[in-house]
Amino acid sequence: MLEQLEGSVAVAHAVALCRPEVIPAYPISPQTHIVEGLSAMVKTGELAPCEFINVESEYAAMSVAIGASATGARTYTATASQGLLYMVEALYNASGLGLPIVMTIANRAIGAPINIWNDHSDSMSQRDSGWIQLYVESNQEAIDTHILAFRLAEELSLPVMVCMDGFILTHAYERVDVPSQEQVDRFLSPYEPRQVLDPSEPVTIGAMVGPEAFTEVKYLAHVKQAQALDLIPELARELDGVLGREQGGLVRGYRLQDAETVIVALGSVLGTIEDAIDQQREQGVKVGALGIKAFRPFPLQEVRDALAGAARVVVIEKALAVGIGGIVSQDIHIALGSSATPVHTVIAGLGGRPITSASLTRLIEGALAGELAELTFLDLNAELVERELQRTREKRRSGPHAENMLRDIGVVAAGPV
Amino acid sequence: MFGVRIHGRGGQGVVTAAELLSLAAFEEGRHAQAFPSFGSERTGAPVVSFCRIAEREIRTREPVSQPDALVVQDPTLLHQVDVFGGLRPDGYVLINSTHGFDELGLGEWTRNFRHERLLTVPASDICRRHIGQMRPNAAMLGGLARLTGIVTLESVCSAIAERFPAGLAERNIAAARECAERVAAQLGASVGA
Amino acid sequence: MAERAIKFYQVGSHAVGNRLLDPALATVQSDAERSNTITKGHRACQGCGEALGARYALDAAMRATDGQLIAANATGCLEVFSTPYPESSWRLPWIHSLFANAPSVATGIAAALRVKGHDEVRVVGQGGDGGTADIGMACLSGMFERNDDVLYICYDNEAYMNTGVQRSGCTPPAARTMTTQAVGSEPGNVFGQGKNMALIAMAHEIPYVATATVAELRDIEAKVEHAMSLRGARYLHILVTCPLGWSCGSAETIRVARLAKETGLFPVFEAERGVVSAVSKIRRRTPVEEYLKLQGRYAHLFKPTRREDVLAHVQAIADRNIERFGLV
Repeated sequence: MLEQLEGSVAVAHAVALCRPEVIPAYPISPQTHIVEGLSAMVKTGELAPCEFINVESEYAAMSVAIGASATGARTYTATASQGLLYMVEALYNASGLGLPIVMTIANRAIGAPINIWNDHSDSMSQRDSGWIQLYVESNQEAIDTHILAFRLAEELSLPVMVCMDGFILTHAYERVDVPSQEQVDRFLSPYEPRQVLDPSEPVTIGAMVGPEAFTEVKYLAHVKQAQALDLIPELARELDGVLGREQGGLVRGYRLQDAETVIVALGSVLGTIEDAIDQQREQGVKVGALGIKAFRPFPLQEVRDALAGAARVVVIEKALAVGIGGIVSQDIHIALGSSATPVHTVIAGLGGRPITSASLTRLIEGALAGELAELTFLDLNAELVERELQRTREKRRSGPHAENMLRDIGVVAAGPV
Repeated sequence: MFGVRIHGRGGQGVVTAAELLSLAAFEEGRHAQAFPSFGSERTGAPVVSFCRIAEREIRTREPVSQPDALVVQDPTLLHQVDVFGGLRPDGYVLINSTHGFDELGLGEWTRNFRHERLLTVPASDICRRHIGQMRPNAAMLGGLARLTGIVTLESVCSAIAERFPAGLAERNIAAARECAERVAAQLGASVGA
Repeated sequence: MAERAIKFYQVGSHAVGNRLLDPALATVQSDAERSNTITKGHRACQGCGEALGARYALDAAMRATDGQLIAANATGCLEVFSTPYPESSWRLPWIHSLFANAPSVATGIAAALRVKGHDEVRVVGQGGDGGTADIGMACLSGMFERNDDVLYICYDNEAYMNTGVQRSGCTPPAARTMTTQAVGSEPGNVFGQGKNMALIAMAHEIPYVATATVAELRDIEAKVEHAMSLRGARYLHILVTCPLGWSCGSAETIRVARLAKETGLFPVFEAERGVVSAVSKIRRRTPVEEYLKLQGRYAHLFKPTRREDVLAHVQAIADRNIERFGLV
């Protein structure tokens, strides 16, 4: 049914339709509206049977999820940024134990400096945790992908995180088609665990594994993620049939057919990129986009195929590998292998800085003119940085960097330094 | 695609205004996207929200930097924040004020735009009478609908009825209708002139 | 023929094998049908108080729940010695997740059981003093505050034993550990306020809190059985001797634990909803020295010189406990 909803609320509806049984939740901007919505649904009985547990930290949230999932309950939680980091130990534990927990990450920057706005540094920091990572471009895709996620997780016995841009998607009101309970039930049957804590058939879960078998256990996780490369498109097609709309698979191309320049990105920025591409195409520029939806497992073959005809690739990244540069572009390089296609990394949108179509247009033009460096920081205020560096050169006790720069741009009231 | 930017202060319902506008467009069967500017939201601090309306799916996510219409809920922002930045030459402006553009010190500025599209409406006064509060967010949408025609007044009233509890909705709808009438009167006058 | 008086002594009612005892009062361990929840073959040290306490506690819990029990275990000695790859000692459904989260995992298990309508299946969370009082404190407190239906058992051997005897928040003053070594002018652990986990649990006003030692094994069983007759958050803090970490003989496990109680250093009591409901009195009040001298972790208080000041300080703690909890 078509509704005009806030993204978080749409996700809450989607999750509720999946009949979760245990939802441990800890608040953090910008995911809170999701768990608030679910808590109300449980309290009124709209979502039942379900236990909603207000836990005392994100670490507890993932730990409660582990206990619940291991006991055979379909389990869900949501977090972002600092909260994701706080539960990292449990994150690895969940994937290592093969528990099909589904979690929404409302992508948000990681401090310091503290910043509540969107970028991908949180989920990117956990790309090696063994969780499957899916990135959505719109709130419609968020709804559909959560439904897919539960099925995917349970078929593989692997946890899945659905990444959606905090504020940009979570707090955007837009038109979405919310599936019916009957449609979701058709796609998602009750959870049947591969392993479960059950007094009638006792098992030991979580024993120590030594050098004799640890590698094999880890390799199995790698194999399971590889299975996801086939399973995701398969389930997406099945969901297409149920919902009557295209899910897309591991990647989605936009006007790639004869594109000489391909822009690669994840998440909501793809929408802005598509608009910019349409404008460029009107002027005859052969540019296209490749949206990566499944980041883990990384679809090497699909990316390789999509970029085969490109003369240059521009990767727009909302996260930074401090000390080296791009994160996604590293995986792009692996996909391209020995091909000599130049890859330009553009770090953009950090800490919620808007990525405008004007900037994108300038970027594309720069790429075409061969002026794009291997690593660029979009819309960087170089002068601001230089002024701070100058301060550090002049004085030992130059003060905290962030506050100095904020004062420079007038956000903090100027006073005696 | 039609882009609206709404300026106000924290606590004045700026974000709700954008949502209501998007809801009005939705009820007309169109696509609409509403979102806030994601600044620190403290009561009294300047807040911006955006709403895009289109006949097809809206893909872009950037802020509305070149609005087709501007709504300024709090006139004290006028000379503090660049509320008019990026306004299209044939853009609309609706300011909550009992004064006209000249009195607000904007007379010179209006020369670059289509003056019949730049209006003020005393929304706070109207709201005080109808609602008892000075939150002009919903009321001004009535004026915006009449000024721009981007959504109908009826759609705005319908959105208000859906979003607000019964009594409050009625009062806001009344205020919205009066704002619309005031705008209509000014438009009629300018056409005549 | 000279007459000699012969005294016949009635053996204590709780002695294993006493045929006069009502079977319902007999220790669980005397029952051939006991669960052996943690069965033989585990790798605990000789004389391990934790293995002893866990066996008694869990078999009692299994009997009380008719075998419908699931356990969540923190990282620590118990977890490590009971699951040496590729074997497991556990005969009940058992999960080990992380060091700090056993209470949360238990909460999750209880929630799943509730949602699936399995009221008859109960949950035990367990861990050592490190995993409970230090790193697990936040999760424990959260579980208490929500009154989740979990019996949490802390096996307190007063240090991080699994990792090689490092000081924890439960390490008593003056005790030697690898991070509070018996060197310098103040050898051993510092004198702080201590961290009374039972009192902290009581402050959460949960239905049942109790302390116990491995010197009174039937008492452990009784307290576990009582706990399993209740719903909501319950906490049991058991002092378990660690012959290795405490440097006492492996045959001294029970004697040392008994002296911890008899000196007053480890008060044994029960509480319900934040109020002490029963106190196990000291039978024969004993000076702390009798207890300390049995353990190498206190050897520096006696050699090369007797530290009268420290001994007096420890005695003062015991005296305060006796007064505060009414132990005599």
